[in-house]
Amino acid sequence: MSPKAAKTRKIIATTSLAGCFGCHMSLLDIDERLFDLIELVEFNKSPFDDIKTFTRECDIGLVEGGCCNDENVHVLTEFRKHCKTLVAFGECALMGGLPALRNTIPLRECLEEAYLHGPTVAGRNPQGLIPSDPDIPKILNRVYPCHEVVKIDYFLPGCPPSADLIWDALVALVTGQELEPQYRTFKFD
Amino acid sequence: MASFVRFTLDGRACLAEEGAQLVAAAKECGVYIPTLCNYPGIPPKGACRICTVLVNGIPQTACTTKVVEDMAVVTRTPELEEFRKAVVEILFAEGNHLCPSCERSGNCELQALAYRYRVTVPHFPYLFPKRDVEAWHPKLVKDHNRCIQCKRCIRGIHNAEGKAIFAFGKRGDKVVINIDPETSKNISDELAQRAMDICPVGAILRKGKGFDTPIGRRKYDHQPIGSEVQA
Ligand code: SF4
Ligand code: SF4
Ligand code: FES
Repeated sequence: MSPKAAKTRKIIATTSLAGCFGCHMSLLDIDERLFDLIELVEFNKSPFDDIKTFTRECDIGLVEGGCCNDENVHVLTEFRKHCKTLVAFGECALMGGLPALRNTIPLRECLEEAYLHGPTVAGRNPQGLIPSDPDIPKILNRVYPCHEVVKIDYFLPGCPPSADLIWDALVALVTGQELEPQYRTFKFD
Repeated sequence: MASFVRFTLDGRACLAEEGAQLVAAAKECGVYIPTLCNYPGIPPKGACRICTVLVNGIPQTACTTKVVEDMAVVTRTPELEEFRKAVVEILFAEGNHLCPSCERSGNCELQALAYRYRVTVPHFPYLFPKRDVEAWHPKLVKDHNRCIQCKRCIRGIHNAEGKAIFAFGKRGDKVVINIDPETSKNISDELAQRAMDICPVGAILRKGKGFDTPIGRRKYDHQPIGSEVQA
């Protein structure tokens, strides 16, 4: 790549909150366009390069997953702070997704099912312990879609969003074009 | 012979049989008016409002409107399209629609309308209401999380003795559409299938059915809803 291209590359950060990493896998599904992608962008904080904390301000932040614990809220707030444009991608980021199945069940019931009564734990936790260590992220009363926590600039639906939709969106963001998603890539499943 | 009336649709002169339902008449003339609670062959209800058009300048539901001579109908304005999008958004926000795990995904009218209007997140807060799934009926499953209370099932599905199988209970935001355990007990597989088909969403399922069409071959995978009538 020419040094000039390197200088104009957009800086991008990505994270997976309460998601399954499927959206990140879908991004990798752009196949050989990955070579074009690294011409267009440089990754900062992201599981792709394992940079754990922001080392500079970013142009684009891609967020997978909603917020199910206080650490998710912290990371999302950091992303808002450090990314000029914040994009929520995938159903979990947009509306909570499958983790939000618990949203209609009181938190205590969820924890008791997970640690005391569920078929894989029943009878194996005689002291009735529910973990609550300061080192473990605190679970929230329900799962929050990203836009209920911080301002989100763009949304990409899908479970996961199709590789083509992610690619089209990234190209649009990097080149400053408006994105008119193709019908076949605009899906909720 | 049926008598015909003249009317205009988005400024175009059209003909319809006297007394025709506006939704159906518009379709004949190649104009798509989106619907949700309307179903051909059963009495219209005017419940969802998504078919709202301007009739002589006044907003009116097209499924409950009959065409009359000289009627001027406008089906598309930016405001009407915004309104329709909002109707779809409200329905997503007030139920629990987890499309990735829904048997109806790809064949669902509500989802298809969300695709058509490019809904990503609603402008309304998600309510995450607590609703049940009734899986104990012998022939049907009722998932209340996905019910949009359009009442197509109540109006359209009766058992062999002509008794309604679906009925609604409670009121206001607590309304539920219930399966009558008695009248639904011995229904045929065909009727169970018809009940599943009449529901625009995945709120009525046949026991043991679902996910039988692969992604890519479902009804709305490639073409927006209504595009067979009008692009
Ligand atoms: S009923 Fe339709 S909109 Fe609701 S979850 Fe199922 S596919 Fe999605
Ligand atoms: S079960 Fe289906 S058809 Fe019946 S009211 Fe609910 S959404 Fe409509
Ligand atoms: S389709 Fe006309 S009000 Fe629902």
